[in-house]
Amino acid sequence: MIRLIDVHKEYDNGTKALKGINLRIEDGEFVFLVGPSGSGKSTIIKLLTAEITASKGRVIVNGYNLGNIRRWQIPHMRRTLGIIFQDFRLIEKKTVQGNLEFAMRTVGASGREMRKRIPYVLDLVGLEDKADVYPNEMSGGEQQRVAIARALVNNPKMIIADEPTGNLDPRRSLEIMTLLERINAMGTTMLVVTHERDLVNRFSKRVVAIKDGEMIRDGQGGYYRA
Amino acid sequence: MRRLNLGYFIKEGFSSIFSHGLMSFAAVCMIVACLIIMGSFSLLAINVDDMLKQLEEENEFLAFIDEDYTENQIRELMAQVRQLDNVGQVEYITREQAKADYLKGHESEGLYVNLPDEVLRDRLSIHVIDLERFSETVEAVKALPGVANHRAASEVAEGFVAVRNAVTALAMVLVAILAVVSLFIIANTIRLATFARREEIAIMKMCGATDGFVRWPFIVEGLILGLMGALVAFFLQWGVYVAVGSALVENGANALFSLMDFGLIWKRVLGIFMLSGAAIGAVGSGFAIRKFLQV
Ligand SMILES: Nc1ncnc2c1ncn2[C@@H]1O[C@H](COP(=O)(O)OP(=O)(O)O)[C@@H](O)[C@H]1O
Ligand SMILES: [Mg+2]
Repeated sequence: MIRLIDVHKEYDNGTKALKGINLRIEDGEFVFLVGPSGSGKSTIIKLLTAEITASKGRVIVNGYNLGNIRRWQIPHMRRTLGIIFQDFRLIEKKTVQGNLEFAMRTVGASGREMRKRIPYVLDLVGLEDKADVYPNEMSGGEQQRVAIARALVNNPKMIIADEPTGNLDPRRSLEIMTLLERINAMGTTMLVVTHERDLVNRFSKRVVAIKDGEMIRDGQGGYYRA
Repeated sequence: MRRLNLGYFIKEGFSSIFSHGLMSFAAVCMIVACLIIMGSFSLLAINVDDMLKQLEEENEFLAFIDEDYTENQIRELMAQVRQLDNVGQVEYITREQAKADYLKGHESEGLYVNLPDEVLRDRLSIHVIDLERFSETVEAVKALPGVANHRAASEVAEGFVAVRNAVTALAMVLVAILAVVSLFIIANTIRLATFARREEIAIMKMCGATDGFVRWPFIVEGLILGLMGALVAFFLQWGVYVAVGSALVENGANALFSLMDFGLIWKRVLGIFMLSGAAIGAVGSGFAIRKFLQV
């Protein structure tokens, strides 16, 4: 669940990245956030993950009001989120299994929980036989699947993906997006940032479009539907 | 957190030390240098102190009384001496007692042969409380009417006090400087470690790691570096101490200044080294990651 209420963001150097964004996303939704490069998409993601704070307005994520959240609560808020990036951000010197264990250990999971959960999520993303492989032995699409598995492994309420297919060819991109759609269908709220209109147009989802820090469209269906 | 990750923190701390070995080595060397210098001065101070204690056990001098003083006069003089500042116990020794004591130590010599003048005088044995003001006190006693002469080793006593004070002051200054330098180097080592692992840390934070979870492996790393340094320093210190001790014996200097047996003090040295090493390590890494955690 996300609430952005009249959110403004001005960076320290004076760049006004967001100029009054209003956005509601309910539990279970699948939402594309689209817009040209520099329009403020990543700024919204960083606000949602509490990496930065809004200059003005209210940001509420899964019940946490990020405007007055305590520092010690931020980790707990983040545990309700699975975050995916364009560049995967896997630990190169750890295997797939090691990467997932790393994420689970972070939140204090036991060995037993890991042995139960990891095979399940690897199966879900179609990497059931890749547990002992290192990231650099995998294709980009496979690495992004590992990242998705990692985002899922702590059982978040919502997944936030910032250009998850930005480094992938069209076919892999479609596969990844289909996987995210499937995960959403199982109940996880999904917010996916992208600027690939062909991809967005292949799914019939809610599309929020921003430009120059302002929302210019919010509706069901493809990127360019009037 | 559902589970204590002690094993994980220790493993991460160790592996981090080896993954940037040179800097860890430098940090350990700094701690060793710091502790050895600190230790050497402390041991010197301890030994000087020990000698002072021995000296202080003999912190008395004799004041000889005018031959024509009557017993009443002597009693009065004793009261006067007792009232002086810095005077502890005062004991009256008659010339008969003194002679007997003297002769006890000189049985082989002929009776009364070369018997020193003072032996035949009544005397006061006077204990000084603060050795640092030994000669001041001697002067005060000497100034009293009825005191004919005195015998004291004031130069030696005060020399030792001066040495002890100088050693202590120098040790404290040096230790302070070295502790700061060691802290700085440890902090840099840990900062390097955090830098090398900044991507992992970013991933941890993204997954919802608490500050404590991120911080502990680095604190453990600092602690391990500190304790390793302390252990190395202890054995080096031991070697140096024993070597200096036997050098003193070889030169015959041990008559003047001999070292305490290391067996008597090793526990204290090891304990202080471990504590100091651990403290430097933990505080250093604490400094290093404080700023880094503001992500
Ligand atoms: N840390 C930053 N400091 C200053 N300006 C920034 C920073 N991050 C982004 N910006 C600026 O804010 C605007 C929006 O950036 P961003 O949210 O990254 O856009 P998008 O993800 O849609 O490409 C851009 O003009 C960008 O240059
Ligand atoms: Mg972006």
